[in-house]
Amino acid sequence: MTEIIKVFVGIFVGLGAFLCMVTALGIIRLPDVYTRNHAASKGSTLGIMFILIGAFLFFYVKEGHYNSRLLLGIVFIFITSPVAGHLISRAAYHTGVPLWKKSVLDELKDKEKHEKHGLDRSNGEGK
Amino acid sequence: MKKNDVILQTVTNVVAFMIILFSLQVFFSGHYHPGGGFIGGLMTSGAIVLLLLAYDIKTVASIIPIDYKILIGIGLFFAVGTGAGSLFFNVPFLTHAFNHFDLPLLGETSLHTAVLFDTGVYLVVIGVTMTIIQTIGESE
Repeated sequence: MTEIIKVFVGIFVGLGAFLCMVTALGIIRLPDVYTRNHAASKGSTLGIMFILIGAFLFFYVKEGHYNSRLLLGIVFIFITSPVAGHLISRAAYHTGVPLWKKSVLDELKDKEKHEKHGLDRSNGEGK
Repeated sequence: MKKNDVILQTVTNVVAFMIILFSLQVFFSGHYHPGGGFIGGLMTSGAIVLLLLAYDIKTVASIIPIDYKILIGIGLFFAVGTGAGSLFFNVPFLTHAFNHFDLPLLGETSLHTAVLFDTGVYLVVIGVTMTIIQTIGESE
C-alpha cells in the first residue's frame, strides 16, 4: 500500500520539478514579455501544485500527518498565480511594451483606438 | 482610459479572507508551532494591504473603520497590562501563568496569559505597519 503511494509521490514531485524546469527554459527562450509570462504563469503554477501534492501525500502516508496548510497553499497558488500573470501582462501592455515582431493580431489595440474615437466624437456611434 | 479591475477585485475578495484566517491560525498556534503575534500581525496587515491595492484608501477605510494609531496604543496597553498584572500576585514583572479550563465546545483547553501579551504584539504590529503604509500612500 505505502509502496504504491511512494511511487505516486515520486511521480508528483518529479513531474513538478520537471515542469518548473520547463518554465525556466521557457522564460529564457521565448521572445517577448507576453509569451514569457504565458510560460511562467502556467508552467510554474502546475509545477508547484504537483510538488505540494507530493509533499502532502508523503507526510500523510509516512507520518499520518494531515497537513491542511499544504492544501490551502495549493488552492491559494491556483487562485493567485494566474491573476498575477494577468496583471503583469496588462501592466506591460498599457506601458507600451511591444509585441514580438512576428505577431499577427492585436485586437486590443484596435478596440482602444475605436473607443478613443468614440469618445472624441462625443457619444458617437462607436460602441 | 477607464480602469477595469474586475479580476483583481474579485480575487481579492476571496483571497483576503484566506489570508486573514491563516494569520489567525498562525497567531493562535504560536505557542506550540512556528508562528506567533509578530508574523500573524504582519500577515493580517498584508491582507489589508491587498485590499488597499485592489480598492482605494477611502473604500478600505469605510470597510475597516479603525484608527491604526489607537490600535498601537491598545496593543501596548495589553502588553504592559499583562506584565503589570503579575505584580498583584507578589511575583516579578512579566511573570506568566496558565491553567486548564473547561470551555464549552472546545473542551479542556489550557489558557496562558502569554497569549494576551501576544495579542498586544499582534495589535501593535498591525497598527505600525498600517500606519506606515497609509501615511506613505496618502502623501502625494
